Amino acid sequence: MLTVHDNADQAVSGINDDAIVLIGGFGKAGQPVELIEALLRRGSRNLTVVSNNAGNGTDGLAALIGAGRVAKIICSFPRQSDSKLFDAKYRAGEIELELVPQGNLAERIRSAGAGIGGFFTPTGYGTILAAGKETRIIGGRGFVLESPIRADFALIKALKADAVGNLVYRKTARNFGPVMASAATCTIVQVSEMVETGDLDPENIVTPGIFVNGIVVVGPSVRSKPSTEPGL
Amino acid sequence: MTERLTRNQLAQLVASDITSGAYVNLGIGQPTLVSNYLTASQNVTLHTENGMLGMGPAADGEEIDEDLINAGKIPVTELPGASYFHHADSFGMMRGGHLDVCVLGAFQVSVAGDLANWHTGEPNDIPAVGGAMDLAIGAKDVFVMMNLLTRDGRSKLVHTCTYPLTGVECVTRVYTDLAVFLVTPDGIRVRETYGCTFEELLQLVDLPLLAPQREPESRLNS
Repeated sequence: MLTVHDNADQAVSGINDDAIVLIGGFGKAGQPVELIEALLRRGSRNLTVVSNNAGNGTDGLAALIGAGRVAKIICSFPRQSDSKLFDAKYRAGEIELELVPQGNLAERIRSAGAGIGGFFTPTGYGTILAAGKETRIIGGRGFVLESPIRADFALIKALKADAVGNLVYRKTARNFGPVMASAATCTIVQVSEMVETGDLDPENIVTPGIFVNGIVVVGPSVRSKPSTEPGL
Repeated sequence: MTERLTRNQLAQLVASDITSGAYVNLGIGQPTLVSNYLTASQNVTLHTENGMLGMGPAADGEEIDEDLINAGKIPVTELPGASYFHHADSFGMMRGGHLDVCVLGAFQVSVAGDLANWHTGEPNDIPAVGGAMDLAIGAKDVFVMMNLLTRDGRSKLVHTCTYPLTGVECVTRVYTDLAVFLVTPDGIRVRETYGCTFEELLQLVDLPLLAPQREPESRLNS
């Protein structure tokens, strides 16, 4: 059942303390900043956040971490030259970090959405990020068993939604959105525009509405100069 | 004897070795320079891990779009024929062996082709891996681009990596300012040297190396 919310605060009103939350975005591209800021206002604590990065600058995910709401982050690339809020929490021992190679992160989320119980991947084999994990030699090559990441909520950003929740994205802002949408009990999407059902070409829909539970329109994103900080 | 290569000369050399029509991922930092030397006739398609094939040059002025960035989060442009896809597909392209070449920087490469390029292992260093491990094991050819020596003169081509590994036996070639190394089942073969002789190179790296092979007769005669 799809709910169209009046505002971001209403959209995140079901996210309580201790929730596991997938947050889309690669750096600032595709990061659902308005939903994250609403979650910050809601005040939920002890969150586990799954996102590629651990926040840039001082807004969005960085602000949520800076406010001490995130107990644990599962991500691939936390450290950047503008990740000061995460860096401070990490060095103070106030946030737990589970570091995951980026492709394993995406596939762990995808596999949760696809009902897979785990998968063997060559990524990370023989490295410290595979320490303690089950391994297997398949076809003469080493593989590591990785587990799915299922969440209570996914907060993602898309370009447009129709009234049944079908989504289209914009350029590299798509990134983790489609896999995260499939892997949460409740997926909440912020979009720039909502269109009538039938206005999106069915051939071009990227995320079918079956994966979407809540929509909120936050207006078109401001085209601003992204940070030019280096990072993987 | 030719001179030691500059960073740009090294990038040009790597670019010239990429086969026509290849799908290529260029890592952050020095490898990005390679794109400056790819020619139109090479028809190379650039992949960026955050979900794009057909990536164009860095964006400038009005072209800058916060939704169109590369793996280093730098604004870029799209070329005709570009495509966008989600992260699981993007990393499936790597892991599934669909990329022909990736070019990465490195802290160390071992004689077996082990790569260390993501973490110094220092207690104060906050680790960040990004897509490095997926790239290292995924592409058909993994080219490393680096200075051969550290600032204090130690070889970064080593018997065994002392930094935490990114991938095991994954590097196929090492391009450095002083030599190009091929990782082969017989050991590391030097393809050519720059600004030093093979014997001087042996002294610098203190590892057993296979000498450059003489040009095949057929190539000389053609």
